[in-house]
Amino acid sequence: MMTTHTDVLPTEGGLGNTPLLAVDNLHVEFSTRQGVVKAVNGVSYDLYQGETLAVLGESGSGKSVTAQAIMGILDMPPARIPHGEIRFRGTDMLKLTDEARSQIRGQRIAMIFQDALSALNPVFTVGWQIGEMFRVHRGMSKRDAQKKAIELMDRVRIPAAKQRVHDYPHQFSGGMRQRIMIAMSIALDPEVLIADEPTTALDVTVQAQIMELLAELQRESNMGLILITHDLGVVADVADKIAVMYGGRIVEKALVHDVYRTPAHPYSKGLLDSIPRVDLKGQELYAIKGLPPNLLAMPPGCAFNPRCPYRQDNCVSEAPPLYEISHTRSSACHYWREVLDGSHE
Amino acid sequence: MGRYVIRRLLQAIPVLLGATFLIFAVVFALPGDPIGALAGDKRMDPAFAAVLREQYHLNDPLLLQYWHYISGVFQGDFGTTFSKVPVSELMAGKFQVTINLALTALVLEAVIGIGLGLWAALRQGKATDTAILAVTLLLISVPVLVTGFVLQLLLGVQLKKSTGIDFFPVAGAFDGWRSYLLPGFVLAGVSIAYLTRLTRTSLVETLRADYIRTAIAKGMPRRRVIGRHALRNALIPLITYLGADLGALMGGAIITETIFNLNGIGQQLYQSVYLREQPVVVGIVTILVLVYIVANLIVDLLYAVLDPRIRYE
Repeated sequence: MMTTHTDVLPTEGGLGNTPLLAVDNLHVEFSTRQGVVKAVNGVSYDLYQGETLAVLGESGSGKSVTAQAIMGILDMPPARIPHGEIRFRGTDMLKLTDEARSQIRGQRIAMIFQDALSALNPVFTVGWQIGEMFRVHRGMSKRDAQKKAIELMDRVRIPAAKQRVHDYPHQFSGGMRQRIMIAMSIALDPEVLIADEPTTALDVTVQAQIMELLAELQRESNMGLILITHDLGVVADVADKIAVMYGGRIVEKALVHDVYRTPAHPYSKGLLDSIPRVDLKGQELYAIKGLPPNLLAMPPGCAFNPRCPYRQDNCVSEAPPLYEISHTRSSACHYWREVLDGSHE
Repeated sequence: MGRYVIRRLLQAIPVLLGATFLIFAVVFALPGDPIGALAGDKRMDPAFAAVLREQYHLNDPLLLQYWHYISGVFQGDFGTTFSKVPVSELMAGKFQVTINLALTALVLEAVIGIGLGLWAALRQGKATDTAILAVTLLLISVPVLVTGFVLQLLLGVQLKKSTGIDFFPVAGAFDGWRSYLLPGFVLAGVSIAYLTRLTRTSLVETLRADYIRTAIAKGMPRRRVIGRHALRNALIPLITYLGADLGALMGGAIITETIFNLNGIGQQLYQSVYLREQPVVVGIVTILVLVYIVANLIVDLLYAVLDPRIRYE
């Protein structure tokens, strides 16, 4: 997949141990009339080739803002990135010129958005919108680009692609529209694909099909996939590792099966406990108490402390660092041991 | 599509009948005697006046008069003035002038209004944006009477005096399309201001749309994001405004036509109301209503071309 691109950006060391994409201590803030909103506060994660990272969190946790920072599609201003690096194959993209950055965007790092109806332009045919990638970035003729668009639509399994290439987005169902979005994003064989809640706007059976498609495309092209979601159910089958975000920070990083078995942060545990389970049918569903934090007035200490059943005095006075539990696992909780033990019960 | 057009045109018939009847009734209700006015200050021979009244059906009740008139119109006969000039002939010349004026105004409106609006939107919040908004506010606030005379004096008279070149002829329609430039601009003034603001709002809003974010994420150059992805969507509401405005420009040209001495329907309408020449007044209004209807139909059809989500059956 990285045949023609690898020489454009220098890579540090072997490909095996350099992450494809590394977000390092990223801070993003927005200046608003009410004050500075710190949407992302020191987020770090790595993505290796062929790997799927799930970024989990509720609205306002900073997961989408982080993704937009990676893509370079934040409106700056009002957004600002005061600290941090986003390294793509070892090169900090935040230090690149706009010109160099736009060579990566869409071609080497691509993105899928949540609501495909509003994310696709209503006045152009889907063929035009997919083909645009080839016409603009590869200088192809209209006819060739159209052919490529049909191939891609076939690849994401849109029936009768040859006829439907002339249709407009509103003429497709939700699931088909998301497939078109996917076709567009993988058009130029990106090395990293960021899917921002790709199935949230879809009904459950279609969700599964889209996730399957994404997983399959990822296996075929060996790209790195960042899957942003608030739905734990979506993650389990597809992701390799998981980063749970809360209040603009990562609160737990782990291999996906470890989190499911034994969460090491009260918030991840709360999320898992609030999934409906067949064996607990009839019992009241668990819900995390309270509301997500107000980014303008974050609670002192650990951002989760007002909602946390494990809270002690030092949770209010002292923000927990990301404790390393093992080399694949860390938790931003002073009492991760207790949480882990509690999960074993 | 064809059926839609036919249905729309059929719908126009009751609108036309209603509009013509209303105008007919209003002119009928005007006080004063049109036949008496023909003789000016002198007294007309009562016998002759009676003959004329009979000839123009002036003694008939309103509905019968209207029937005489409208059945003529459907046969292509708009009647004659009291001085025996066929109304259709009279209108043809006047409409030519007004159509030229209105189309000049419409082109100026579209080019300047959309141009300024786009410029303001792309410099949102900067000095250019503020300046453009201030100018539009000025255009909206100052009445046509003032802009008309001021521009006539500055760009017509003074500019010609100081340079010796007649850039903008100030009166009459004797210099081809150039005669219409200045009056067209004056007529379009307020519309330019509104269209500028509408364009600005439309583009600013479109640029916030999700599909614009998608286009940026696809790595499309900024020029293409704005010029193709945003503009095509932002133009849709502007077309409606322009289409509806064509009728308003044609019907609203009375003051401009008077300032620049353009002998169009505005002046004619004023004169005919004054003389109570019912067939002329109603004839002009009928044509204006038709222009509105056709312009609106064209706008609706254009809508379907610009926005594929709209389909007519």
